[in-house]
Amino acid sequence: MSIKIILQRLAFLLLVIWSAATITFFIPRISTRNPIRERFGVLARSGGFSPQDMEAIVQSYNRKFGLDKPLLVQYWDYVSSLARGDLGVSLFKFPKTVSELIMEALPWTIGLLLVTTILSFIIGNLLGAIAAWPRAPGWMRGIATPFVMMMGVPPVLLGVFLLFFIAFRMKVFPLGGAYSIGIVPSQTVEFYADVLRHMLLPALALIFGQVGGWVLSMRGMGITIQGEDYVNFAEHKGLGAYTIFKDYYLRNAMLPQVTGFALALGSVITSGIIIEQLFALPGIGTALIDAIKFNDFLAIYGIVLFITIAVAVLMVMVELLYPLIDPRIRQG
Amino acid sequence: MTTATATLNEYHQPSRLTLLFRYLRRNMSLVVGVLIILGLVAFTVIGFLTLDTKDAYPLSTKARQPPSLEYPLGTDFFGRDLYAAMVVGMWQTALIGVMAGAIGTFIGVVLGFTSAYFGGLADGGIKGVCQVLTPIPVFLIQVVIAGSLDKRSVTIYTMALIVVLFSWMGPTLVIRSQVLSMKERQFVSVAKLSGLGDGGIIFGEMLPNLLPFIAAAFVGQVFSAVFASFYLAVVGLGPLREPLLGNTIWAAQTQGAFFNGWWWWPLAPAVAMVLILSSLALINMGLDELANPRVRRTE
Repeated sequence: MSIKIILQRLAFLLLVIWSAATITFFIPRISTRNPIRERFGVLARSGGFSPQDMEAIVQSYNRKFGLDKPLLVQYWDYVSSLARGDLGVSLFKFPKTVSELIMEALPWTIGLLLVTTILSFIIGNLLGAIAAWPRAPGWMRGIATPFVMMMGVPPVLLGVFLLFFIAFRMKVFPLGGAYSIGIVPSQTVEFYADVLRHMLLPALALIFGQVGGWVLSMRGMGITIQGEDYVNFAEHKGLGAYTIFKDYYLRNAMLPQVTGFALALGSVITSGIIIEQLFALPGIGTALIDAIKFNDFLAIYGIVLFITIAVAVLMVMVELLYPLIDPRIRQG
Repeated sequence: MTTATATLNEYHQPSRLTLLFRYLRRNMSLVVGVLIILGLVAFTVIGFLTLDTKDAYPLSTKARQPPSLEYPLGTDFFGRDLYAAMVVGMWQTALIGVMAGAIGTFIGVVLGFTSAYFGGLADGGIKGVCQVLTPIPVFLIQVVIAGSLDKRSVTIYTMALIVVLFSWMGPTLVIRSQVLSMKERQFVSVAKLSGLGDGGIIFGEMLPNLLPFIAAAFVGQVFSAVFASFYLAVVGLGPLREPLLGNTIWAAQTQGAFFNGWWWWPLAPAVAMVLILSSLALINMGLDELANPRVRRTE
């Protein structure tokens, strides 16, 4: 891997981040909604101050956040503060900064999405490899079929069905929330057990929604590899079925799947946002939807950018690490 | 000798209908997908003929009724007949899907052709924009657009436009790669040598040969448009007055349908959506087989 390729990928990364920043900067500004007015409108209605005072307050807040400057100046301020890693303050949850908002929500999202994506990757690839492996027993190959049939169904619908059958009918798991009402978040075993109980259904919805895709692509890969000379050679050498499966077959079929894993991280974030809404989890998706409800555009920028950067960085990282697992494309 | 001539005489070309049936027998996913779609269309048409569509809007019937003979799918918290809501919602989902699918495919075909056929600067630009936009999670941008709009200006039509705004990159790249390979084929060179202009080659020679790919791209676009508009509606960014399937699930969830025991409310739109999405996925797979002879199975 030469320095030139690494620099090329990094330049591309910057371009992606800049485009996302620009698109998200201009869209909320076309909106006629004003988050500051909306926030103080709520306060004014609950009693307090007259409409004249309200105008003065809105004006002074506009000045404070720099919203009275021309749009292009605001854009420049925004991009330069972004380059320093400063995402600004939330307009609606002022004095909280956007970074604080993200940090509060992030553990829930990372916990849920990373665990489910990795688990579905492992389960899906194993099932797919077995489904294509001619020496596997029939019942083992059959396990993959229901997952493939669930492939077209978005996780949120699986979530609705899980809620109905398991939480509503069987009353085994809670209907929503990240932990029970009345439990104070703490570093105790009870708290973690409670969180786990609440996370199981959303996790199952995400896993069922993803496994089928891995099964299909892995099975396709497995079928092409069966005809390869090195697999025949390994068989003629008299190696055991398990060794061939693990070292010759799985290892080679896995390679393209790793690239797919990076892409899956990008698409799972969408399902994650919806699942968080459905199960009322306080993750980053809920933070985004809340920010949108009040047109809190500084928070919207921050969250959208944070997710885009995270996804793009992960993709480039996987691409750059690829030569480590595939020696054939290691360059001098 | 005699047997050979006999079989030769007996052989006759099967009729086109028989051939079609034989092909469909091999392409079961296309058949099943089309059958489900036809069933859904029948459901919607019968619904429109027998129902008052006003029942799909709030305050039209008794609220919170479980499924019964009078209300086959029950009614919701706001007094909507869910059967009527499903009929109207299905029709609106189809409308969004077909509109966004048609616009997206059209943009894709135009850009894909421009990019691949003329090459050079246009190709670099279009390909570059597609590559930069692809890693950005499109749903986030759609959420931001839908959220920035005034609640009253979100309609079925704006939903279709929001969905299509960042979803034309897929068909563009597919058509581009097909045109690139077709450009090198001999029949195009022959047409060029016989003095046919660019317009004649594109519309007379290449476009007809690309139709299966365009059809597959269209179904794919419809699928992703239905998906995206459903997702936007599920998080509460759809046209709130309309009984769009995603809106119904969102409304049920915000009113705590499962907490309150109104289980039928979110379940009806969820089943409808599963049927729509799986039929589109099956048709997509079937068309893929039709367009791509490499995966086509033989008899």
